[in-house]
Amino acid sequence: MASETGIGASVKRKEDARFITGAGNYTDDINAAGQTYAVFVRSPYPRAKINGVDTAAAAATDGVVAVFTGADLAADEIGDLPCGWLVKSKDGSDMVAPPHPPIATQAVNYVGEPYAVVIGETLEAAKNGAEAVDADFEELPAVVDLATAASADQIHESVPNNQAYDWELGDKAATDAAFDNADHVATVDIVNNRLIPNAIEPRAALGEYDAAAGTYTLHTTSQNPHLERLVLAAFVNVAPEARLRVISPDVGGGFGSKIFVYAEETAVIWAAGKVRRPVKWRAERSESFLADCHGRDHVTTAQLALAQDGKFLGLRVKTKANMGAYLSTFASSVPTYLYGTLMAGQYTTPAIYVEVQSLYTNTAPVDAYRGAGRPEATYVVERCVETAAREMSIDPAEIRRRNFIQPGDFPYDTPVALTYDTGDYEASLDKALEHIDYAGFGARRAASESAGRKRGIGFSCYIEACGLAPSQVAISLGAGVGLFEVGEVRVDVTGSVTVVTGSHSHGQSHETTFAQIISDKLGVPFENVTVLHGDTGRSDYALGTYGSRSLAVGGSAIISATDKIIAKGKKIAAHILEAQEDQMEFADGTFTVVDSNQSITFPEVAFAAYVPQNYPLEELEPGLSEKAFYDPPNFTYPAGAHICEVEVDPDTGVVDIVDFVAVDDFGHVVNPMIVEGQVHGGLAQGIGQALLEHGVYDDTGQLLSGSYMDYTMPRADDLPSFTVDTTVTPCTHNPLGVKGCGEAGAIGSTAAVMNAVTDALGVASVPMPATPETVWRAARGE
Amino acid sequence: MEITLTVNGAARTVDVADNALLVDVLRESLGLTGTHVGCDTSQCGACVVHMNGDAVKSCTVLAGQADGADVTTIEGIGDPDALHPMQEAFRDNHALQCGFCTPGMIMSAIDLVQKGGGSLDETAVRDGLEGNLCRCTGYHNIVKAVLAAQSSM
Repeated sequence: MASETGIGASVKRKEDARFITGAGNYTDDINAAGQTYAVFVRSPYPRAKINGVDTAAAAATDGVVAVFTGADLAADEIGDLPCGWLVKSKDGSDMVAPPHPPIATQAVNYVGEPYAVVIGETLEAAKNGAEAVDADFEELPAVVDLATAASADQIHESVPNNQAYDWELGDKAATDAAFDNADHVATVDIVNNRLIPNAIEPRAALGEYDAAAGTYTLHTTSQNPHLERLVLAAFVNVAPEARLRVISPDVGGGFGSKIFVYAEETAVIWAAGKVRRPVKWRAERSESFLADCHGRDHVTTAQLALAQDGKFLGLRVKTKANMGAYLSTFASSVPTYLYGTLMAGQYTTPAIYVEVQSLYTNTAPVDAYRGAGRPEATYVVERCVETAAREMSIDPAEIRRRNFIQPGDFPYDTPVALTYDTGDYEASLDKALEHIDYAGFGARRAASESAGRKRGIGFSCYIEACGLAPSQVAISLGAGVGLFEVGEVRVDVTGSVTVVTGSHSHGQSHETTFAQIISDKLGVPFENVTVLHGDTGRSDYALGTYGSRSLAVGGSAIISATDKIIAKGKKIAAHILEAQEDQMEFADGTFTVVDSNQSITFPEVAFAAYVPQNYPLEELEPGLSEKAFYDPPNFTYPAGAHICEVEVDPDTGVVDIVDFVAVDDFGHVVNPMIVEGQVHGGLAQGIGQALLEHGVYDDTGQLLSGSYMDYTMPRADDLPSFTVDTTVTPCTHNPLGVKGCGEAGAIGSTAAVMNAVTDALGVASVPMPATPETVWRAARGE
Repeated sequence: MEITLTVNGAARTVDVADNALLVDVLRESLGLTGTHVGCDTSQCGACVVHMNGDAVKSCTVLAGQADGADVTTIEGIGDPDALHPMQEAFRDNHALQCGFCTPGMIMSAIDLVQKGGGSLDETAVRDGLEGNLCRCTGYHNIVKAVLAAQSSM
C-alpha cells in the first residue's frame, strides 16, 4: 500500500508527542513508594590492593540504611559480570578473562571502579555515608600505555602478559606472497583514539523486590532488557528469570554503552532484595565518564600492497586493542569479529591478514561504541587507500574505482570470512562526487590558497556488517547467545494492532517505523498501530538493539508474524465468503475472492476471529495474534561514500568542515526522514572522533577527560549542516530488503575527515583528534 | 526553608533544603520530570527552564534564588493538542531522537528566537545553542527546526 503512512513515507514520529511536551518516561523519572537511594563508593586509584573496607562510620551516618561491600555480594553468591563472546587465540587457546566482581573485593583496577555501595533514606544521606566509607588501599603501579601493556606489570594474577587473546584472521602466507609481488607498499601507523560514549541520559536503575511474591523488578537504562535479565539471572544469580522482570522505559540514547550489564544495576537490584525496599540510582556525569564502557582505543600498523596500476594486492594489519581493566559484556568481539572481518572494505583485495592482540590496562573497560570495530576497520582501510593514492599519484576516487567489487560480483566472498550479498559502490561514489562538485574542487582550493587557507578533500568508501548473524555461525565463533529477534503482532478485536518487539528504541523511532510496516502490510491505519518494547514482561526472550539490527532483524520478525496473520486471515475470510483458501487475495486491508466482487475487510476478519460465530472452530483456533522468531541467514552490508571538504587556518590550526556529503546504501528505506536523522547523528560522532573527542588518562592512570569541560563533545557550533543522500541495492535475504542505518555515519565519516585534513596540510598523517594545536603543529611539520 | 514561586502559571509553595537546586524542586517536589539532568557541571543544558523571562540552567540555580520567581518548564509551553510553535517545529523537522535533551533544547531555542529579533541565521542558531548538548541528531535538524520556528513564532 503506497500511502502517506506506509513504507517509504517520511511519517512524523509517534514518539515525539511525549518527548516535546516533557512527558517522556525515563528511568530517573520513575519513583517507587518508600524508595532508598544508592551511592557507589569508587576507587580513586587506578590500581590498588584492598586490604580492608571499614563501613562502620558510614553505617552509623544519619539516614544510611545499609552499606555493602564486595564481600557482602560474594557472601550472597552474587556472581561475576561475564563476557559473552569467547574469542580464541592463534594457538587455539581460549581468551583469558580475569574475575570481574560487580563490587571489587580484593583489588581495584581502574579509577571509578566501585568497592562499596551505600543505601540511604535520601540521596544526601547516601552521599554522606559514602564519604564516611574508609578503605585501606595499597597502591600499585598502574598499567596505562596500550603499546607497552604486554610487557608491563601484570595486572591480574590469572592473566599473563596482560593479554586477553592474540587473534588472527586471513591467509598469512598468501598475504606475504602478495607483498613479495607488490610494486608499491603504503604503510600507515594509526592510533584510534579512545572515546567516551556520553549518551545525554546518564545510566540509572530502580530496583524493587516484592517479598510476598519473591519477584524482582528492575527499571534500567538498557538497550536490551532481556540480555540484562539473562545475565542477572543465569550468571550473577540475582533470581531465576521468571522471578526477575527488567523494564527499559524511555532511554535517552545508548550508542552501545547501554548494551552492557554493569556493576551498578546489578548491585541495585540485589540490594533491593537485601533492604526490602526499592533502591534507586542515577549516575552523575562524572560517574558516566569514569564507569561507562569506553570505545575504540587501538594502536595499529597497516600496510597495503599494490600493483603499478593501483590494484590492491594484499592488506596486512597488526592491532593492539585496549580492553581496559576487565572484559566487558561483548568487548572481546569488537576488535575481532566486528573488525578484522571488515578489512576487505568495498574492494577486491585478494589477500588479507589481520592480527589483533587485546590487552588489559588500568583504565575503564572498553566495549562496543557506535559502529563497534567497523569504524576502526574503515579507518585502517581508508587511510591506507588514501595514502597509497597520494604516494602513487593516482586520483583518490579513481584508485577506489579500480578496486571496487563490481555489481556483477555478488554474492562476493571476501578473504576475511564474510559474504557480501549485494551492493553498487560506484553508484554511491558517483553521487557523492556530484554532490560535492568534485570537478570544482581545484578552483575552490585555489581560492582558499589565495585567502591564506589550506583546503583539502577526503574520501571514505566504507562497508559495514549489520544485524550480526546467523546464530549458528556466531555461536560456533564464540558467541554465547543466539542472535535472532522476536516480533509479535496482536490484532485487536476491532482490527487495531499492537506490535511487541524484542528490539529497543532509545532514539531510533521503532514506534513509528514498525507502525508504518504494519500499516503498509495489513492496511491498518497508522494511528491504530501501537508498538510496545523494552519489557521482559511483555516480549519473549530477544536480543534487543545493537549493531543497527532493529529493522533488519526485528523488522523481519514482525514481517514473519504479519505473514502468519495474513495466512490465518485468508482461512477465516475463505470460510466466511464460502470460497477456497487458495482463492483468497489480501491487499489494502481487504480479503477478496479472486476474480469476484466478494470481499471482507481486515477488521471484519479480526472480529470474526474473536467472536467466532461464523468461524471454522473445528479447524482453526480463535483469535488473531501471531509471533515469529527471525534468525537472519547473513549479515546485511550497508555501504556508502563519504566525502569531506575542509578548510584549515594554518595560523590557528582550526579545521572548518566546509562541506560534508554522505551517500549511503541502506537498501530499502522505510522512513527517509528518520534514516537521514540517524545518519546526521552518526556523522556528528564520527566527526567528533576526528576533530574533538578524546578519552585521556595520564601516565599514572587518572582520567583527565572526566567532565564536559575536559572532554570535547561536538556542539552545535562545531558542526556543519550535512548533505545526505542514498542509493538502493535491496538486501537480498530479508523480507524488507533493508540493511540498517544506525551506525553508518560514525563508521564512514572519521576517515573522510582525516583524509581531508591531511590533504589540506599536505602531510602523511595527523593524530586524532585533530585539535587546533595538533593541526597547527602538523602544519609546521612538527 | 519555604519558597513560593510561580511554575507554569500556578503559585507553588515548597519546603526545600538550603542547598536544594531548582531542578530538584521541579523534578522531585513538583513532579515536573520533563526537565532533565544530564551532567553535573552546567554544561549539557538538559535542565534549561525559563526564569523571569530568561533561559537558565536549573541545575545551577539554588531553589532559594527562585523564591518569588516566575518559572516556565517544558510542561508549561504547550500540550499535544496545542503545541508551542517550537515544539511543532521540532516534531516537523525531526529535531529529536531519544528525546532526553529535547526539553532543554526547546526551552533554550524559544529564548534564543524570542531575543533574536527574527534575524537569526544558521550560524547564529548554532552559536546560540552551544550550551545544549545533543548526542543523537548532530544538530542538523535542530538548526532547521529553530529557523522554521523563527518564522512561525
